[in-house]
Amino acid sequence: MPKRTDIKSILIIGAGPIVIGQACEFDYSGTQACRALKEEGYRIVLVNSNPATIMTDPSLADATYVEPIVPDIVEKIIAKERPDALLPTMGGQTALNVAMALADSGVLEKYGVELIGANRDAIDKAEDRLRFRDAMSKIGLESPKSVLVKSMDDAKAALEAVGLPAIIRPSFTMGGTGGGIAYNVDEYEQIVFGALRASPVGSTLVEESVLGWKEFEMEVVRDRNDNCIIVCSIENIDPMGIHTGDSVTVAPALTLTDKEFQIMRNASIATLREIGVDTGGSNVQFAVDPKTGRMVVIEMNPRVSRSSALASKATGFPIAKIAAKLAVGYTLDELKNDITGVTPAAFEPTIDYVVVKMPRFTFEKFPGTPQLLSTSMKSVGEAMAIGRNFKEALQKALRSMETGFSGLDEIDIPDDDAGKIREAIVAALARPSPDRLLVIGQALRFGFNVEDICRISSFDPWFVRQVEELVAEETAIKTAGLPKDAAGWTRLKQMGFGDAKLAQLVRKSEAEVAAARRALGVVPVFKRIDTCAAEFASLTPYLYSSYETPAFGAAQSEDDATDRTKVVILGGGPNRIGQGIEFDYCCVHAVYALREAGFETIMVNCNPETVSTDYDTADRLYFEPLTPETVIEIVRREQSNGKVLGVICQFGGQTPLRLADALAEAGIPILGTTPDAIDLAEDRQRFAKLLSKLGLEQPASGTAFSAVEAEAEAARIGYPVLLRPSYVLGGRAMKIVHSVDQLRSFIAEAVRVSGKNPVLIDSYLQDAIEVDVDAVADAETVHVAGIMEHIEEAGIHSGDSACSLPPYSLPKKILDEIERQTAALARGLGVVGLMNVQFAVKEGRVYVLEVNPRASRTVPFVAKATGVAIAKIAARVMAGESLASFKLKKRKLDHVAVKEAVFPFARFPGSDTILGPEMKSTGEVMGIDADFGHAFAKAQIGASQKLPVAGTLFVSVRDADKKAILGPVRKLVALGFGVMATGGTTTFLRKNGVDVAHVNKVLEGRPHIVDAIKSSKVHLVFNTTDGAQAVADSFSLRHAALMGGIAYYTTVAGARAAAEAIAALRAGSLEVAPLQAYFKGAF
Amino acid sequence: MPNRKSSPPPGATAALALSDGTVFWGKGLGAAAKKTGEVCFNTSITGYQEILTDPSYAGQIVTFTFPHVGNVGTNPEDIETLVPAARGLVLREDITAPSNFRSTQTLDAWLKANGIPGICGIDTRALTRHIRDTGAPNGTLIHRPDGKIDAAALVEEAAAWPGLEGMDLAKEVTARQSYTWDETTWALGKGYGKLGKPKFHVVAIDYGAKRNILRCLAQAGCKVTVLPAQATAEDVLRHKPDGVFLSNGPGDPAATGVYAVPTIRALLDKRVPIFGICLGHQLLALALGATTTKLARGHRGANHPVKDLETGKVEITSQNHGFAVLPETLPASAQVTHISLFDQTNEGLRCLDRPAFSVQYHPEASPGPQDAHYLFARFTALMTNSKAA
Repeated sequence: MPKRTDIKSILIIGAGPIVIGQACEFDYSGTQACRALKEEGYRIVLVNSNPATIMTDPSLADATYVEPIVPDIVEKIIAKERPDALLPTMGGQTALNVAMALADSGVLEKYGVELIGANRDAIDKAEDRLRFRDAMSKIGLESPKSVLVKSMDDAKAALEAVGLPAIIRPSFTMGGTGGGIAYNVDEYEQIVFGALRASPVGSTLVEESVLGWKEFEMEVVRDRNDNCIIVCSIENIDPMGIHTGDSVTVAPALTLTDKEFQIMRNASIATLREIGVDTGGSNVQFAVDPKTGRMVVIEMNPRVSRSSALASKATGFPIAKIAAKLAVGYTLDELKNDITGVTPAAFEPTIDYVVVKMPRFTFEKFPGTPQLLSTSMKSVGEAMAIGRNFKEALQKALRSMETGFSGLDEIDIPDDDAGKIREAIVAALARPSPDRLLVIGQALRFGFNVEDICRISSFDPWFVRQVEELVAEETAIKTAGLPKDAAGWTRLKQMGFGDAKLAQLVRKSEAEVAAARRALGVVPVFKRIDTCAAEFASLTPYLYSSYETPAFGAAQSEDDATDRTKVVILGGGPNRIGQGIEFDYCCVHAVYALREAGFETIMVNCNPETVSTDYDTADRLYFEPLTPETVIEIVRREQSNGKVLGVICQFGGQTPLRLADALAEAGIPILGTTPDAIDLAEDRQRFAKLLSKLGLEQPASGTAFSAVEAEAEAARIGYPVLLRPSYVLGGRAMKIVHSVDQLRSFIAEAVRVSGKNPVLIDSYLQDAIEVDVDAVADAETVHVAGIMEHIEEAGIHSGDSACSLPPYSLPKKILDEIERQTAALARGLGVVGLMNVQFAVKEGRVYVLEVNPRASRTVPFVAKATGVAIAKIAARVMAGESLASFKLKKRKLDHVAVKEAVFPFARFPGSDTILGPEMKSTGEVMGIDADFGHAFAKAQIGASQKLPVAGTLFVSVRDADKKAILGPVRKLVALGFGVMATGGTTTFLRKNGVDVAHVNKVLEGRPHIVDAIKSSKVHLVFNTTDGAQAVADSFSLRHAALMGGIAYYTTVAGARAAAEAIAALRAGSLEVAPLQAYFKGAF
Repeated sequence: MPNRKSSPPPGATAALALSDGTVFWGKGLGAAAKKTGEVCFNTSITGYQEILTDPSYAGQIVTFTFPHVGNVGTNPEDIETLVPAARGLVLREDITAPSNFRSTQTLDAWLKANGIPGICGIDTRALTRHIRDTGAPNGTLIHRPDGKIDAAALVEEAAAWPGLEGMDLAKEVTARQSYTWDETTWALGKGYGKLGKPKFHVVAIDYGAKRNILRCLAQAGCKVTVLPAQATAEDVLRHKPDGVFLSNGPGDPAATGVYAVPTIRALLDKRVPIFGICLGHQLLALALGATTTKLARGHRGANHPVKDLETGKVEITSQNHGFAVLPETLPASAQVTHISLFDQTNEGLRCLDRPAFSVQYHPEASPGPQDAHYLFARFTALMTNSKAA
């Protein structure tokens, strides 16, 4: 069946900001969908509030709305654009929920918009736990016993049916938000309570526990002719009970016989048919009892997902692209398999390698939350690794984590009771922690046997034995040293041992190990990911490394390096807080720009979620860990034919930057700003010298290698001071310290995180305005691309702060001075490419806080806000073009763009929502409109802050903020808001003529402020605090606001902006406009 | 070149020598033995035990493209014949200890017990690409624990082997005498079932039948009488069957056709309902006057898309064949019903004037997808109609 001609335009809904459970994978799928449908001649209307996505590049869709993804706003877009169809399956749970809301409210019917890809009933049947269970039993598939619960009374009855432990799964939430496992009645009630609140429809399923069973996933694609294919099977190494996003997984499934596999395959296809997913990709999850093989269906997602992105990268079969084409009427046999070019998409990919996906966690950012995994997803990113066997893939995955592991490293299992290490290990094996494979390795080193480990951990013995073999090999290497011949080397490399790991085992440097290996001619070969296990020739250079024994001559490599001039772009590895999609955006733009400029582009990355690792983004893709060993080997191979102009290390965040020295030492050219200039910007002393040479000011500062030195330096600088380790991204272990006592409690961690580098101590400029600047430069010219004024004051990490472009309060004189200083810094450092500077402005003076001569987190925001694709320009400047040739002009904007950060606090129940110098946000949204108030309001709505237009404001601020809070409070009172406050704030506000209702602090007895929040008497919270005690005392009120979904602001500046936004909302409803309307002919 | 050395590298306990002189050295698996055959590859990820016991692999050494084989061990259920037909296996990785609740024996022990040698530690992807580009070569595989291997002699042996073309292997793997079959298909927790009251009686001519075909027939309500490959039409008709099934099997259809074609022609003339699979499909085509050819690249895997030309639907199929029917040689009275979407070769036919149809692929799966199980129901429907008429 050919494509449909009765529809002309299609609305695609994106996933919005990066949050836990919804990351870059939906930019990857959405970008594929936009491209695939545009290439078919449809008019594409896109809505996504996330500016850091490739899909929101204005060239991808015909009308790109960077607007909040909420039903009201999407309805306005529909009214304006009148699309014929809506594709809701590309933007995760966000898109699905909004599409359902629009269907339920009759909006789609009103405007004649057809849902394609998944219909309303199919979505509902898949998402509604009860309907899903009934559907499964109708087709003879078992589900765990379960009861749908809508109240706490229901919950009590349900418990009798299901028993403990019980799994709580809220309806219509993503990534298991609000769910969990209850082992006792207390926990049960607590989790059910949260789950009922988290569910948009107020219901949750309480389910029989299948903890410890094996977990599998099947990625299924179906077309309108009822052709079904399984793209990939995935086996979770972590047993049931741990969210699949938090599990280490392997593709394909390795512990099923064909008979069991076919049962699962048939069940997956039957599930799609019964649920009624007519076209597109879905994921079906199963649990299997390892003792009997009994199989139960856990859930299905009637849309593309994180797993489908993984399956696409793991097999080379682009699920989202195919699903988009199926949605407009094609059938699988009418679509081509791009990789082979000769076979159709109607087949099941088969692979001749093993893929391991490993989640990346950042528990260290959320102290107070135990490092335990459950059914609610906690990981913020993931890496994928490919090997010719499981061991190779596993060790590569560990190296890809960016957590310092070189393989199956030893970890410390603390034994509280000296001499009771065995007991401690047993406890660690039983605990669902993020690093259980390493715990298993450690247990094996302590002599535990495989059977005991499997019994305690519920891990499958196949995987534990693989770890056992690696541990045994490590012991052998420690004794025997490095191999003496090529065959011995090849054997070790085939097991996935990296040079760095071997160096650690034999106590040599990595460079020495690499030299010994290369001296014997042992280098990797590169094999292709081709969807067909080499049955057909592959046209696509989608490559991974491995080591092979000779065949038909030398070991066979399939890289077929070309004779072109090449640029290698290094990606950012797994997402984590501080390094996410923004850097992938920059890398992808570098690829696009250099491709346009005629270079062959080569991407190296290991993050399966991203656009950068789509096989048709760069000319050549190496799916590999970002380590010196792999990158050097890739460059060597590429140098064997043609010319490698150089490597771009500055676009992928801190990860590739860390490789710059090793690459330079290996004689590999680094494009753009030199590694030395990057080091100069990081090195306190060298940088201070440069600033004084340039005549620029910075806050007083010092460095320390120990606690004693730190105390002395802090005393010299004067409190408050900002304490931070060097060479970290996202403000890891960064603290504002007000006294020597506080300093003592943080310094140990800071010294530890810094490692060999010093701890940095800066004077903290209280109440200063922070400014972020992104610029692009070459030897002659500097172009300031964007000046962003932070909403939150200096001291809040720039990644967590909202900001406005153009600045909304700074005078022209200051802006000119900022531009002058930026240009001076770019020249002083010799920047070629991108540069980001953070300034603080206090009492009319400009201070330089830090300079990063590389792509920054704000580059995509600046590009979307100003209409200038600066990452592309920078990439071409780095490859040798002059900046002047781009004829960039300074332009005055007629609009305001506000960026707001999005936080994962709801998933880390023990952690505080208060902001500080350590970055905690996972993503961002942009609001764009004619003025600051409207733009800020859109940013808040996009970030899921429900700004009330009427109701009661609760205020509790520290003394220093009392005067400043008066303005926003009065503004809201004038708009008709009631005000509630505690103790000192009440007195102060009353004294200033504000009518205030007093409420008790939590410590003052009930009913108190938390009661008021929980009983929905408060609609907006302004709360600032100071000092550890006050912060601890007010924790429960912030937590209650967070869980209750009440908008809260923990800084005065945030409160001020919120008041302005509420005023704007009251003045009239929000209007929508596509980016293309802001920038005619730009990009 | 290291892989053409005539003396084994240290530690090598196995070698695979191709007739063109290429020698792969590796570690020996399974039985310490030497076997010569056609070296083919199979791209299935699961189902190695079924593949190794599929009689159609007689005369072949199977290269598994998926590196981990043996991970679910072996069990007494997942077999397609009692005596495995494959002559050897080639792996990238050594066999691991198994993990599966049904496993009763490691693959290595099972190979030993069945006299099958194997080799691991070689670049199976490179070998697969070689087979893809130049066709399946003849090869000799040896496993010698003492490592005393004369590579030159192996190459000679491989080169001297006549190859599968023109070889009638069906007579080697067929049943020696007739028997009845009533075991039905496998179910989790229940194993194989037994046929209750049969609705049909089918005679299956065994050219190397996979048991799962017989199980699928029984599952569809057929009591099956299995006859040896050289059974005549009289032998068949003596059983008064409602239908005749022509099984899969190894070797060159033209060679087997020498005695199979007259039988099938006679049955066609009697208008007995006929269903053929794989070699059975090729033999039916030969009986109709068509010709078969050896494919440059055999179809061996569990992911092959086949299009049903009547419904336009695609089924994912299990395949294992090195020969194919040339559709242009079929008479006007036969219609092409299925084609491969990988290379457009013929995958099925139907007689327009007689109750007979056949498919090149394996609807019984085992291993592989069960999308085409419906064909067994189509066969029973044909028998029902035939009875009514």
